[in-house]
Amino acid sequence: MTQPRYRQPVSLFWWTRRRSYLLFVLREMSSVAVAWFVVHFLLLVTAVHRGAGAYQEFFEWSASPLLLLVNLVALAFVLLHAVTWFNLAPKAIVVRMQGRQVPPRAVAAGHFGAWLVASAVVFWVLVVML
Amino acid sequence: MPDTIMLQVTRYRPESESAPTVQEYEVPMREDWAVLDGLNYVKDHLDGTLSFRWSCRMGICGSCGMTVNGDPALTCGKFLTDYAPGPVRVGPLANFPVIRDLVVEIDDFLHKLPQVKPWLVRDDDGGVEDVEFLQTPDQLDAYKQYSMCINCMLCYSACPVYGIEPDFLGPAAIALAQRYNLDSRDQGSHQRLDVLATDAGVWACTYVGECTRACPKGVDPAGAIQRYKLTAAARTLLPWGKR
Amino acid sequence: MARPSRAEAAAWLLFSAGGMVSALLVPVLVLLFGVLFPLGVLTPPDHAGFAALLGHPLVGIALLGLCVLALLHWAHRFRYTLFDGLQLERLRAPISALCYAAVLAGSVWAAFVLFGVGW
Repeated sequence: MTQPRYRQPVSLFWWTRRRSYLLFVLREMSSVAVAWFVVHFLLLVTAVHRGAGAYQEFFEWSASPLLLLVNLVALAFVLLHAVTWFNLAPKAIVVRMQGRQVPPRAVAAGHFGAWLVASAVVFWVLVVML
Repeated sequence: MPDTIMLQVTRYRPESESAPTVQEYEVPMREDWAVLDGLNYVKDHLDGTLSFRWSCRMGICGSCGMTVNGDPALTCGKFLTDYAPGPVRVGPLANFPVIRDLVVEIDDFLHKLPQVKPWLVRDDDGGVEDVEFLQTPDQLDAYKQYSMCINCMLCYSACPVYGIEPDFLGPAAIALAQRYNLDSRDQGSHQRLDVLATDAGVWACTYVGECTRACPKGVDPAGAIQRYKLTAAARTLLPWGKR
Repeated sequence: MARPSRAEAAAWLLFSAGGMVSALLVPVLVLLFGVLFPLGVLTPPDHAGFAALLGHPLVGIALLGLCVLALLHWAHRFRYTLFDGLQLERLRAPISALCYAAVLAGSVWAAFVLFGVGW
């Protein structure tokens, strides 16, 4: 007869036990910041529709201490998302050309480069052009 | 350098206990002794009732995996002097049921491994007599890293998803499936898809990456899984995918 | 034995697309609209010009795509955080349903805001 096995329990707070687990959970929570961006952005566009007054008020509302704090935290989280995403991209996208694997660093660098370009274009359109 | 180091070892005796306890043993701290040597000293000189698995003592058989100071490790590859002055906490591999002391039940993995068909699958029915498969160094390079797996299961121990979701196929099984999927001699990737592209297959993985950190052979199972997700998605959703 | 999951494959693909798009565009947008413009460090785009830009159909489509993909990214990642982080796998079906219902609601709101009547 088999003797009883001991099942090692997994704590509800397993993700606090190691730094790497905590960083993982923070990375995953960044998706909430991404969703928040969508909400804030749609409120912005709604304000644009309503007219110049509402548009101005939107920025005043966004400058209130609570909103500012929320968006600063959101900024930190979306930066975490971007950096971890591009660093992990080479693991997901393995390209073999002429029998050799494209170096992972090149794949990551390509992503960071694209990020720089995209950000520059958006910045230019919203700050310089308009 | 002090002469001895304290090992705090998990004991579990199912015939007399319902939960594990910790027992302390003072062992010599020799410069060239691994934690495994300390455990063997305990068994030989201090307490013959201590149970644990080991074999090759050189990091190739995968038998001596245990939790050392909270980390999954091959006890033959961790040296006592690395933990000086101690104490060193030695416990059974996490995420597996404990049979006795430091011995865990690995039946779950042994059940999952054959499901991914970790052997060369050929569509043609050639026998083994006159078959020679040629492979270039570059073709070998495509899967070699994943062939380094020694089935030690440190990755399963490190994986929080496996701890919460016992149905998860797990890092080593998927990495081994990839070892064959990416082998130019193999023609079985469509068969492995049925087991890999399920809820308990690659989709359960959230890329924590701890499996790769724990792996003593540099297999990078997290990378193997991540790579396969795109293949799995394409083959599952596109009706004209290769069957 | 379980079968390959088309639902999870699709969810993951959309999560990946959303992750890529949001990684590329969301940081600069949060920096500008969430921090620098409200604080007055940089002057926000003038209302008329910005309204004209938003009114361009291609811009509208791109922004709708960004919003929908970003929400799809959130839905997949967030539900798995609940399954694993809070060990709520037993509530998998209702959690998934709620998350994707939120995506639908958010997408409808985005479409309405970006292309709505009276715009």
